[in-house]
Amino acid sequence: MYRNVFGEKVSKWRFKQMLNAAKNRRELIAAGLTSRRDLLKMGLLTAGGTLLAKGGLSARAQTALSPTSKSPGSFNLCVPGNQAASPPTRAFIEPLPVMPVAQTVKVSSLSPAPTIAPNTAGGEVRAASHQAPLLNPSMFPFPPPRVYQVRQHAINAVQSPDLPTQTIWGFDDGTHATSPGPTYRANYGVPQLVRNINALPPVNMNGGFGIPSVTTHLHNGHTPSESDGNPCDFYPSGNFCDQYYPNVLAGFNSDHFPTGDINESLSTLWYHDHRVDFTSQNTYKGLLGFYCLFNQFDTGDESTGFHLPSFPQFDIQLAFADKVYDPSSGLLSFDLFNLDGILGDKFLVNGKIQPFFDVQPRRYRFRLLDTGPSRFYEFFLTDPNNMGGNNQFFVIANDGNLLPAPVTVDRVRIGVAERVDIIIDFKNFAGKTIYLENRLRQINGMGPVPPQGFIPGQVECSDAFGNLLSDTVPAGQGNLLLQFRVSGKSVNDGSINPATDHVMFYQLPDTTAAPRVTRTFKFDRLNGQWSINGQFMDCNHFRFLVQQNSVENWILFNATGDWTHPIHIHLEEHQILSRNRFPPPLAVERSRKDVTQLHQNERVLLFFRFRDWLGKYPIHCHNVIHEDHAMMGLWNVQPQGDTVLVP
Amino acid sequence: MTNRSRREFLGALGMAPVVAGGLSMIAAGATGASLTGSAGDLQAQARESARLRYFPNLSLRTQDDKEVRFYDDLIKGKIVTLNFFYAKCEDVCPIVTSNLVKVQELLGDKVGRQVFMYSFSLKPTEDTPKAMKEYAEMHGVKPGWTFLTGKPEDLELLRRKLGFTTPDLRADKDVTNHTGNIRYGNEPLMLWGATPGMASPEWIAESIEWMVQPDAVRREHKHPEARPDNPGPQHKHPAG
Repeated sequence: MYRNVFGEKVSKWRFKQMLNAAKNRRELIAAGLTSRRDLLKMGLLTAGGTLLAKGGLSARAQTALSPTSKSPGSFNLCVPGNQAASPPTRAFIEPLPVMPVAQTVKVSSLSPAPTIAPNTAGGEVRAASHQAPLLNPSMFPFPPPRVYQVRQHAINAVQSPDLPTQTIWGFDDGTHATSPGPTYRANYGVPQLVRNINALPPVNMNGGFGIPSVTTHLHNGHTPSESDGNPCDFYPSGNFCDQYYPNVLAGFNSDHFPTGDINESLSTLWYHDHRVDFTSQNTYKGLLGFYCLFNQFDTGDESTGFHLPSFPQFDIQLAFADKVYDPSSGLLSFDLFNLDGILGDKFLVNGKIQPFFDVQPRRYRFRLLDTGPSRFYEFFLTDPNNMGGNNQFFVIANDGNLLPAPVTVDRVRIGVAERVDIIIDFKNFAGKTIYLENRLRQINGMGPVPPQGFIPGQVECSDAFGNLLSDTVPAGQGNLLLQFRVSGKSVNDGSINPATDHVMFYQLPDTTAAPRVTRTFKFDRLNGQWSINGQFMDCNHFRFLVQQNSVENWILFNATGDWTHPIHIHLEEHQILSRNRFPPPLAVERSRKDVTQLHQNERVLLFFRFRDWLGKYPIHCHNVIHEDHAMMGLWNVQPQGDTVLVP
Repeated sequence: MTNRSRREFLGALGMAPVVAGGLSMIAAGATGASLTGSAGDLQAQARESARLRYFPNLSLRTQDDKEVRFYDDLIKGKIVTLNFFYAKCEDVCPIVTSNLVKVQELLGDKVGRQVFMYSFSLKPTEDTPKAMKEYAEMHGVKPGWTFLTGKPEDLELLRRKLGFTTPDLRADKDVTNHTGNIRYGNEPLMLWGATPGMASPEWIAESIEWMVQPDAVRREHKHPEARPDNPGPQHKHPAG
């Protein structure tokens, strides 16, 4: 009798396939790759510790989803999703690309000149006049002190020396054309305008996916709705949108008049395309970048303020992405017919597959961003010469918002669109080579496998020998994402030591205020359709009215059972009051968030203050495949709100 | 935007040549044959890769008992909608089908000329051509919308290829989990999206129409009806 990893009976043929996979692995080892470590170095092992599949691009092959499988008692998250098999690539032979800082232009160089009302005749596509300069022209001058002009166009990129040059889409500030795009260095109190020009090639040059129709969202910006980059406000090539970013603290025109609430300071934001139904394709093709916001405390200079490592030399943005390449052409490939979530077998950091980064033996601030499309990450520091080592680092910000104080961890998990700022002190690793490793076990679009004991009595994932699989894999068996080569030469470090000093950042804003209304959002899958409260994304339909400058509580309820959804809400941050009626268990979650992971069967209660700006914003799942399949809804902020409880 | 101001704007941005080329390509875009040289080769290669990956050239039967090939006759060179149904479905299928009937009305004479609608059976053994014809007539389906059945293993393969699946094995076996979504796409342009069949017919129709000239889609950017252009400060600002 033959059994598979679930302990189910399988045919002799299927069992042979399984044996072949094991044999392939032995062959590679015999071919001179003598250890698991060598395989890891080559990037040939997957998260499950198995070798990369050799089957090529399969579109939901019959064997992956056998309709005859009974899967008694087996957890559904154990079933592999779409099997990807990119060509082999060597790891850690190219340096980490660091995105250039975006360069301003003279406002006089903009033609046509920017206007407060949308310049429709001049080719601008914007939903309404700029709110900020109309509200207060001295605080928000027009034009603002900093102006950028960015063209979105096709660029050539080498993502691995073992793959052909890829034609992807990026951002060009007039000085650099890159993907991820240039990083904005923004400051509170200095409003800025970004002219986003769509100069993408015609659709019949898209290389197989992507639509040259864009709307650029500033993720976590406290942004007036006309500049937010709403999914419905997309525009074709040849048009532009002027986006006015006030860079102002929430509460400036409401509960913390006139300066805003310093405890609402944002720091790590990012921008990305948000075109309704096509966000996954367009961001996968490269339309994203960072936006770092500084103030008098988080200064970007380690000799001042909070003394965080200096930008940009020791303050590095890291955009993580997992992708698939066509095994025959080596070109970037996108699964056009996927409803669940796309997982790649190649891991990119800042647009490069498994790069290395030369660092000095001192503290660095890294801003980690999961750009999706669908994968969750759990980051660990791995020292190959000390696999049992518990290598600690510090989480200082969740979703780009500094915590009340640093939290010491040996791991941190993020979902799509979430950010986490960490400080790594490489002094302890002087002269060594170590890795940033993703050790989370995720094998399909449903989300990470649940931790052991997550559901009492439930049989969880098990391997071919019947051993239970945990949600994380052992050190060295996950995805080695980034190699740090630590210099042995000691250097001066002017940044604060989160381990020893009494470090405090911002207090969490008060959440005791009574909500004007408590709304419930049920995330569900109805006959295959991703939904919120049984409804679907529709650009012509606004579901509810939030009253300007009011407090609301939102309940996010996961009715999809085993799935995990990263839920994002625009305009304002939130705090998690409870997960299944208990305060969030992780210290790093006692923070200000703009994406909340909605775990299996969970009910999460959020606290919001909707302040200052008016207009339309969405709530959506940020697994961009779910987002593109209608798991999104629009709402408005208006002077008078409604009290729809289940919108 | 008027043509004149558009040209002026593009000229100012130094974009005019790119877009001028682009516009001529849009017209030929539906045939996918307008590009030459390496860009055209790459595009042809990607299209072939998509065909091999998603579009098996299976033999299927229509409600008029005509034999057709999935790729050659239904998909190739066309703008299409794809969904799965079965005639005896009492769950959401009637809602989806009646929505699609409204979509067909909204798209008017584009259906059958520019846009082709296809519904594939989830229960091909009971959905005979005759049963499908009755179903179509009962719902007032007009020409340009074809119902398809065939060998169960072929329809099953098609369902998987087109992603009407879920990794949850128990849920995947329940056919009602595959009746909700509608794929829309433009095969030569390799542009594919999806929309819930229970969304509003107007929104479904609008999404499908994006596929006709994807380069040129513009929509009125709606904003809240009650929203004033100048919201006015909540408080009087000292400097303002």
